[in-house]
Amino acid sequence: MPDALALVATAAGKLTLEGLRLAGRGGTALPGLIALTLDPDFISALAGGLPHGVVCVSGTNGKTTTARMLSDILRSSGWEAIHNRSGSNLDRGVASALLADATWSAEPRGNVGLFEIDEASLPGVVGRLRPRVVVVTNLFRDQMDRYFELDALAKRIGEALAGLPRETTLILNSDDPLVASLALRRDAKTIYFGVDDPSVGGVVPQAISDATRCPRCSSPLHYDRVILAHVGEWSCSNCGLTRPARDVAAAKIVLGPSGSEIVLAGTVGGIFEPLRVPIPGLYNAYNALAAVAAAGALGIGLAEATRALVNFRPAFGRHETVQVKGRTLRLVLVKNPAGFNAAIGALLETGRNPRILAALNDRDADGRDVSWIWDADFEALAPSVEHAVITGVRSRDLALRFKYAGLAEDRMEVVDSSGAAIDRAVALAPEGCEVAVVATYTAMLELRAALARAGMVSPFWED
Amino acid sequence: MDLHIAHLYPDLMNIYGDRGNVIALSQRARWRGIEAEVRPYSVGQWADPDWPDVWFFGGGQDQGQDIVGADLAGKNGAGLRRSVEGGAAIFSVCGGYQLLGHEYVPEVGPAIPGVGILDVTTRAGKKRFVGNLLADSTDGQLIGFENHSGRTFLGTSAKALGTVVVGNGNNGEDKTEGAIQGKVIGCYLHGSCLPKNPWIADQLLIWALARRHGDVKVDPLDDRDELAAREQAIGVARARP
Repeated sequence: MPDALALVATAAGKLTLEGLRLAGRGGTALPGLIALTLDPDFISALAGGLPHGVVCVSGTNGKTTTARMLSDILRSSGWEAIHNRSGSNLDRGVASALLADATWSAEPRGNVGLFEIDEASLPGVVGRLRPRVVVVTNLFRDQMDRYFELDALAKRIGEALAGLPRETTLILNSDDPLVASLALRRDAKTIYFGVDDPSVGGVVPQAISDATRCPRCSSPLHYDRVILAHVGEWSCSNCGLTRPARDVAAAKIVLGPSGSEIVLAGTVGGIFEPLRVPIPGLYNAYNALAAVAAAGALGIGLAEATRALVNFRPAFGRHETVQVKGRTLRLVLVKNPAGFNAAIGALLETGRNPRILAALNDRDADGRDVSWIWDADFEALAPSVEHAVITGVRSRDLALRFKYAGLAEDRMEVVDSSGAAIDRAVALAPEGCEVAVVATYTAMLELRAALARAGMVSPFWED
Repeated sequence: MDLHIAHLYPDLMNIYGDRGNVIALSQRARWRGIEAEVRPYSVGQWADPDWPDVWFFGGGQDQGQDIVGADLAGKNGAGLRRSVEGGAAIFSVCGGYQLLGHEYVPEVGPAIPGVGILDVTTRAGKKRFVGNLLADSTDGQLIGFENHSGRTFLGTSAKALGTVVVGNGNNGEDKTEGAIQGKVIGCYLHGSCLPKNPWIADQLLIWALARRHGDVKVDPLDDRDELAAREQAIGVARARP
């Protein structure tokens, strides 16, 4: 039975939520913030009442897509998930999701919690949720003005995970040495996922890697295969630490322009049919592996999980497509070099010469330091670009990045307002063509707002 | 004409987009018809410390900085000092800048010796300086983004690269930003620095080319895009420090 404080916090939070709804606002964090201010233990009080427990999904890239995939799987198995779907993934977003699905007497209406947690917030939140399953997708450099250093962050996450109950299952990316070694301090259930297909990735180290040193002994890591940044087939020749055996493995991946097919293998068993992931990009294949592995930890079978993903629809800015005047806009959110490289990898895999609408902002949610664009592999993208329209608060930095990567002046132009930039990109693309809209978080919100004003999409909080 | 660019510890000291400085140096040389080659110099025996005309040394994570500090305490540090005496230039940012100084004094424990090429000393600070950084200098304004907890103080042989207008710079106390001593520059400007501050890039090119090619005049480039990016970034720094 929830205590009096939780009841008060629930009432105040729900009143805020109703008030925002009446005002036509879709604020996703404020009700949670109010509840947490009144009752700092609000999250534990409500999450404790979920019969199937709580799943946390964290990591630098892919949490939203992975959590959405898992949500589809849970729903198709008849579970009712309370999910912080709108991408507000700090603790207040978790609290808001609990509020929205709680009765006025502070009891949850769902039977399982599914929470995306910002990787920097994870160490502080995960103990309060006492999760049944924790998924960590990957750890890359991201918005360093906020998080500072990746090594230090991985250490804090490892310590927090080490403090969880023994029953908690960790779902970890075996191919990311920083993530795989999060279980080093812990003797508990771990399910590893990874890509075994030898045709994926190359032997040459990529220009930018965040973790080229062994997480245990700091010696240089050896790579038999590099998939993305420091993700790949790694081992330490000094201390012998090596990529853990995969429980959910992609034995073969076929990447296509609108999705991929994965032949699954590993200790969790195989299935006859391939896993079909209906959004493109190798990184989305990783997200699907993580979701299927998490479902397995909750007792949902591979075949059932695979079936549930067939009709998966992407989240805001995660390869979401919008039709505008006979052109397809593909919305791809980027926020760090690894995410950018993965996104352009998906564009280049199609073999087409991409038309791009690129937008760079430097507000808090984007990361105030735009230096990261110099770590992203624009050099791989520039030779294929048909045309780029560039906008955003820091459009000129982005244009300069394209210039130094070798994109000719007559293939790019800077347009100041979001609406005008969309018009220009659409006008330049022949009918039937696709325009890849690559933008940071608040820049994507502005582009989407411009599309909403033109009646092309619904506002994202109705999602 | 050709230019030899060394990227110091690109596997360990490559945080915050500092790689853009190497891209800027090599592109601005190539656009002028100068052949530019970039070679990595990392931990272990350096094959040819006399090869580079200009070195780039960026910032790193703590783990990287410890390993690099230990590496520079040996033969490689001596090789770097000899290279500078032989006329090579260095551009360094953040952790690289700190390691080129005399020493880094942590909050606890003994001081970590630096290479001693720059007459500067760095002490650990409690509060991290994170934000846009704008400084005035006699050659033009400097714009970038700082992210450091070290407080760097200049000795008498090093001159400040600029005077802080927005942000903290070297130490948050004396309004200085960066250091310049001979052909060696250190600063706290991420961003990347050189693409948006192209006059520093061109000064480094002139210094570097002089080592093997004598006094060289570099042709001016069309820097309208660079200047537009500077103006936009300066506007943001003034509005949101």
